[in-house]
Amino acid sequence: MSRYISFRDFDWLLFIFLLLICGLGVLEIRSATAHTKFAGAHIKQLYWISGGIAGMFLMSLINYQKLLDGVHWMYIASIASLLTVTIFGQKYLGARRWIKMPGGGHFQPSEWVKLILILAVAKYFADLHQRELSWPDFIKAGAIVGVPMLLVLAQPDLGTALTYIPIAVMGLFLGGVRWKQALTVVVLAGLMMPLAFHVLKPYQRDRLTSFMQPEADSQGSGYQVIQSLIAVGSGGLWGSSAGSQTHLAFLPVPQTDFIFAAFAEEHGFVGALTVMLLYFIVLMRLTQNAQTAPDRAGTFVVMGVVAVLSFHILVNVGMVVGFMPVTGIPLPLMSYGGSSVLFMFLALGIVMNVRMRRFVN
Amino acid sequence: MFGRDEKVSPVRLTAVQYIVLAIFMILAYGLWQLQVMQSDKYASMAEKNRVRNVPILAPRGKILDREGRIIVENYPSFTALLLRDSSRDLSADAGLIAQGLHLDPKEVKERIRHFASMPQYQPIFLKDDITQDELAFVESHRNELPELDTIVAHRRLYPRNGFMAHLIGYVGEVSEEMLNQPRWEFYNPGDVVGKSGVELQYNQILMGKNGSRRAMVNSRGREVQRLDETPAEPGKQLKLTVDLDLQIAAEQALGDKNGAIVAMDPRNGEILAMVSRPTFDPNDFRVRVSRDQWSKLVNDEDHPMLNKAIQAQLAPGSTFKIIMATAGMQEGIAQDMHVICNGGATFYGRYFKCWVTAEHRTHGVVEISKAIYQSCDVFFYTLAEKLGIDRIAKYATMFGLGQKTGIDLPQEVSGVMPSEEWKIRNFKQKWYAGETISVGIGQGAVAVTPIQLARAIGGIASGGLLVRPHVANPSDLPGNVIPASDTPSQVKIPIDPENWQIITDAMSNVPSPLGTAGSAHLQGIDFAGKTGSAQTVSNALKAKTANGKSKYKDNAWFVGVTPRRNPEIVVAVLFEGGEHGQFAARIAAQVVKAYVEKQRRLPTKVAASNKKVEIGAVWNSASPDGSNQDALHGGRFVVDVPKKRLPLAVAAPGVQ
Repeated sequence: MSRYISFRDFDWLLFIFLLLICGLGVLEIRSATAHTKFAGAHIKQLYWISGGIAGMFLMSLINYQKLLDGVHWMYIASIASLLTVTIFGQKYLGARRWIKMPGGGHFQPSEWVKLILILAVAKYFADLHQRELSWPDFIKAGAIVGVPMLLVLAQPDLGTALTYIPIAVMGLFLGGVRWKQALTVVVLAGLMMPLAFHVLKPYQRDRLTSFMQPEADSQGSGYQVIQSLIAVGSGGLWGSSAGSQTHLAFLPVPQTDFIFAAFAEEHGFVGALTVMLLYFIVLMRLTQNAQTAPDRAGTFVVMGVVAVLSFHILVNVGMVVGFMPVTGIPLPLMSYGGSSVLFMFLALGIVMNVRMRRFVN
Repeated sequence: MFGRDEKVSPVRLTAVQYIVLAIFMILAYGLWQLQVMQSDKYASMAEKNRVRNVPILAPRGKILDREGRIIVENYPSFTALLLRDSSRDLSADAGLIAQGLHLDPKEVKERIRHFASMPQYQPIFLKDDITQDELAFVESHRNELPELDTIVAHRRLYPRNGFMAHLIGYVGEVSEEMLNQPRWEFYNPGDVVGKSGVELQYNQILMGKNGSRRAMVNSRGREVQRLDETPAEPGKQLKLTVDLDLQIAAEQALGDKNGAIVAMDPRNGEILAMVSRPTFDPNDFRVRVSRDQWSKLVNDEDHPMLNKAIQAQLAPGSTFKIIMATAGMQEGIAQDMHVICNGGATFYGRYFKCWVTAEHRTHGVVEISKAIYQSCDVFFYTLAEKLGIDRIAKYATMFGLGQKTGIDLPQEVSGVMPSEEWKIRNFKQKWYAGETISVGIGQGAVAVTPIQLARAIGGIASGGLLVRPHVANPSDLPGNVIPASDTPSQVKIPIDPENWQIITDAMSNVPSPLGTAGSAHLQGIDFAGKTGSAQTVSNALKAKTANGKSKYKDNAWFVGVTPRRNPEIVVAVLFEGGEHGQFAARIAAQVVKAYVEKQRRLPTKVAASNKKVEIGAVWNSASPDGSNQDALHGGRFVVDVPKKRLPLAVAAPGVQ
C-alpha cells in the first residue's frame, strides 16, 4: 500500500482555530501577569507553543498505525515511568510527580502517559470483534486505564488521575458498552465515594466541599472560588476595563488554572462566549475527522483526544464559574504551562495524522 | 463479527456531539448567570474587595544609664509613600508629588517605573523623615492624590557628636548575609536591628515586635471595614551600668586624641565609662548611609568604627610591669632582688636600654618598689630573665591577658600573651630566650586591650580578683534572656597580702614627685597606678625614618585605681601617639577626679536617713572671753542630711 500523503490534507482550518485560541491565551497571560512577578510568562508560553507546533507537525508525519502497532511497548514503558516516579520521584509541593533528569530538567510522566493511554485504548477497542462488550473485555478495558490511574493517584495527583477517566468513558461508550455494565460502574463509584472521601487529603476534601459553599471559608479554600466568581461577574457584558481583580492580584496565579477567569473579566460575556465558540468549533471539527477516519482505530484515537479536551474544558470553565471544585486542571492551549501545551499539540498531531491518511486504505 | 475496518457506530458519534453541545450550553449558562444576571452584584463586590494589611511599627526600647537617665531614645518620623492598589496613573501625578515633597520629578517617575513589576499591594517609599510642611502637603491633597499616604516610623535618636557611639552602637536594616545566619533566621527583610555595640548585643530585648492591622478598603483607598488587629509589642528598655557623669568626664578628658578609655568597678566588673576615638556619628546610620560615607569610615587609617576599648590589641609597655611584679613576688624572686641600673644592660649578647637614658640620668640601685614607681626597665629585664617566659605567661593568663574578658559587647578581641607553646603553635618556631627580655617591659609579642589591662591591674589591686566586665547587669534584664557569656563572673586569684601591699604602695607613688606621673597627682585622693609607653616600631626603624612620622610615635598608657587597695574604680587609658605615659596619666586623673567628686557629693549610706544626724566637731578658735587665740573647742551638733542628690547630668548630650 503505497501511501501518498501531502500536507494539503493537513487540517489547516483546525490549525487556524488552534492558533486563534493560543493567541488569545498568550495575550491574556501577558495582560494578567503584567504587574506581577510572573511578568514575561507570555514569552515562555510562546516558546512552548512554537515547540508544540513543531511537535505537532512531526507527529503528523509518523503513520499512526505504526504507533498503534508498537503501543504495547509504549504502555509498558509508561507504567514503568510512573513506577519510577512513585519510587524515586522528587517531592515537590507535597507530591511526587517529577523525575530529575540527568540533564537537569524535570520530567512529568503523567502527561505522556495520557497520550499513550489514548493510543492504547484505541487499539484495544479497535481490535475487538464484537459489537457489544463482553464482561471480560469490559474489565480488561477498565484495567488498561485503571492501573496507570491508580499509580498517578498514589503520587498523589488527583487532578491528572481524573483526566484518564474520560479516555476510558469515551472508549467504552463507542466500543459498545452495555447498559448493565455502565450502571455497575456508576453504582460502584457511588459506593466508593465515602471511602474515597476518607482517603483524600484534607486540602483535597476542602476543595471538593468548598466549591459548593465558598463563603464558608472565604479566606481559605473558598478564597479562589470566590475570587474567580467576582472576577468573572464583574466582567459584565463587554468586559471590565480596569480588570481590577486580576490586576490587583486578588485572583491568585491567574495565568494558569484561572486564565479563563482573567479573560472573562477583561472581555466580558461576549469575549468569554467567543472563546467557548472557538473551542466548540475545534471539537466539532475533531469529531468530523473521527468520522472520516480510515479505520476503527483512527476514530477511537481522535475521539479519545476529543474526550480529553472536552473534559478539560468542562472542569476548568466549570471551576471558574463555580460549578466544579478547584482541581488544578488547565484550560487546553490557553493556560500557561509547558507540559499541557505540548501534550495538546502532540495529541492534535496524531489527529492530523489520522486525517491526512483518510483517503488511504 | 467485524474487522478493523468496520466503522464505529455513527449513532454513538452523533450522541457524543450532542453531549458536548450540552456541556457547552451548561457552561454558557453559568457565564450568563455571572456576567449578565448578577453582574452588578459582583462588580460591587470587586469594588469592596481589597484587604489592606497595614503594619503597626513597634518602637525600640530606650537605653538608660545606671541612674535611669536617657541615653538613647526614639523620635517619631514620618515616611511618605505611594500606594499602588488603585488603577490611577501615578506617573501623571509625579510632578505634583515631587513638588510637594521637594523631590526631583524625574526621580519620582523613575521609582514608579522601577516598582511597576512588583506586586501591587507593595507601596513605594518616597521619602523618609519628611518635614512638617511636607506632611501638611500630603494631608491637604488627600482628594487629588489619594494614592499618597504617610506612615509613622520610630527612629533612633543618638547623642550628638559620636558621644558613646562605640558602646551603644547603631541600628540599620538587616542585611541579606545576616538573614542567612541562624541567629537572624526569624527576622524579615526590612526589619531594623542593631548592627554594633549594645544595640546589637541586646537586640532581642530592645527590638519590639511589629503588629498589623487588616482593613477592607474600597477603590478610593478609604477604609470601609476594620477586620482585625494585632497590637505591636514595644521593645523593652535597657539599663546600662554606665554612669553618664563619668562618661561625660571621660569623653571630655580624651577629647580629640586617638585612643580609648575604660572605667570599671573592679569589685563587680560593671563598666562605668567607655570611650574610643576617633568616633563616628550613629545618627548618620539611622536612615541609610551612602556607600561613599561607609567606605570612608571603613578605610580611615585611624579606624573610627573600631571600639578600641575592646578591639585594639597593642603592646602594653610598662603597665605590664605590674603583672611582672606580681609574678616575681609570688615566685619569691622579686622581693630580694637588687639591681643596678646604669641606663641599660646586656642579655644574650644584646644591649637593652632603660628609658631613663632619655632624661640623661640613671636609676642607680633599684629594688621592687622603686622599680615600679620609677618604671626601671633594667630591673624588669632581669626579672624576666629569671622568671622565664612560661612563668610570666602563667601569671599573665591567670589575670586574663591573652583571652577575651567575656564582656557583653560584640567582637571583642583576645589580645596575645606569648609563651613557648604559643610560639610553636603559631609560628612553628622555638621561643628564643632573648624575646623574653622585651616581654618583661611589655613589648615584643605581648598585645593587650584596654579592658584587659583594666581588669588585670584592677584585679591585682583588689588583692587578686578577676571579674567579668559587663555593661548591663543580668539582674536588670528581663527574665527570659540568657546572659551572653560563659565566663564566671568572679574568680579569686591568690596573692600574698605582703606582696599585695608592696605593689599597691609602690603604685601609689607613681602619680607623685617620686614617680613617672607626677603631673597627674590628685590632692586628697588615694590615687595609684602605672604608666606605660609602648613602642609601635623598633628603634632602628624609627631612626631610619627621619623625624618619625606621627604613626610611629609611641603609645601612652596609664592604668589607675582609687583607693589603692580594694579600689572602687579602675581607669585604663590608651593615648595613641601620646609618647609619654604621663599624658595618659593626666587623662585618667581627670576621670578619677570626676568619680571621687561625685562620690563625695552623695550622702553616705549611713546618713541617707530621714532623721537628723548628730555630729561632733573640734575646732580652734578664740575663747569666748577673747583670751586664748588657739583654744580648742568641741561641741555636738544636730544637722539635717540633704535628701536630694545633685544630678550632674540629666540626659546624654543632644537627647532632650
